[in-house]
Amino acid sequence: MRLTRRYRFAASHRLHADALSEEENRRLYGKCNNPYGHGHDYVLEVTVEGAPDPSGQIAHRASLDEMVRGQVLSRLDHMNLNQDLGEFKTLVPTTENLASFIERTLREHWNLPARLARLRISETDRNAFELEIAR
Amino acid sequence: MRITRKAEFSASHVCANPAWSVEENSKVYGQSANPNGHGHNYVLEVTMEGDPDPVTGMVFDLRELKEILNQEVVEPMDHRFLNREVPPFDRVVPTAENIAAEIWRRLEGRIRRHQSVRLANVRLYETADLYVDVGTES
Repeated sequence: MRLTRRYRFAASHRLHADALSEEENRRLYGKCNNPYGHGHDYVLEVTVEGAPDPSGQIAHRASLDEMVRGQVLSRLDHMNLNQDLGEFKTLVPTTENLASFIERTLREHWNLPARLARLRISETDRNAFELEIAR
Repeated sequence: MRITRKAEFSASHVCANPAWSVEENSKVYGQSANPNGHGHNYVLEVTMEGDPDPVTGMVFDLRELKEILNQEVVEPMDHRFLNREVPPFDRVVPTAENIAAEIWRRLEGRIRRHQSVRLANVRLYETADLYVDVGTES
């Protein structure tokens, strides 16, 4: 059985790959390459998998919220991803890379009995990035 | 091929284990342990899997699925206090997980009779920000 909880955070970013020229960056990332950056209201879904415990829950809501808020949202919400996170000083903060960053961060601190099974991030309501996490 | 039908019901519940103290229940279930109950607009998405029938072109008759959902879920649960009116929630804590598992059992019992199709997934939204999947793959 799986349980999914949805969270929101607002953050800005600029997509720019250092390995590419200014012109290539403009062509590849378009408006997302704007030097001053831009922002999104991201929606993050965190899915856990397991059997319900004697309380009838796969994960206690407060424990899951504390994990995601403490380890992920506190680092990302109302931040400039390029400037405020060491991770994205060199790595392009695409939502693909952001999903991998969130996976690494959660895995590193995970202490819930249920298994972290899936992450899904929407940058806007017209796109979504989904990561199934192997056992 | 998979087909999904949605149904909605509004119900109240209390998440508390009668064997535990008020403090323990409050610690485990938070606000949901309020003994007088509170409610949600539950949204149910039921997914079935099979091959379209060569004659009808349908995996399953969605009108029949609607009728099954009405009989097994909406009529018994809509506008009810789950703990007091809908067994087994007089003895099973009606968390989203347990409600989803009960819905799976009820639907599986009806759909098992049809050989060409199987119940693939039951997704129950307790709120827009919390849902549970019970399925053959989860």
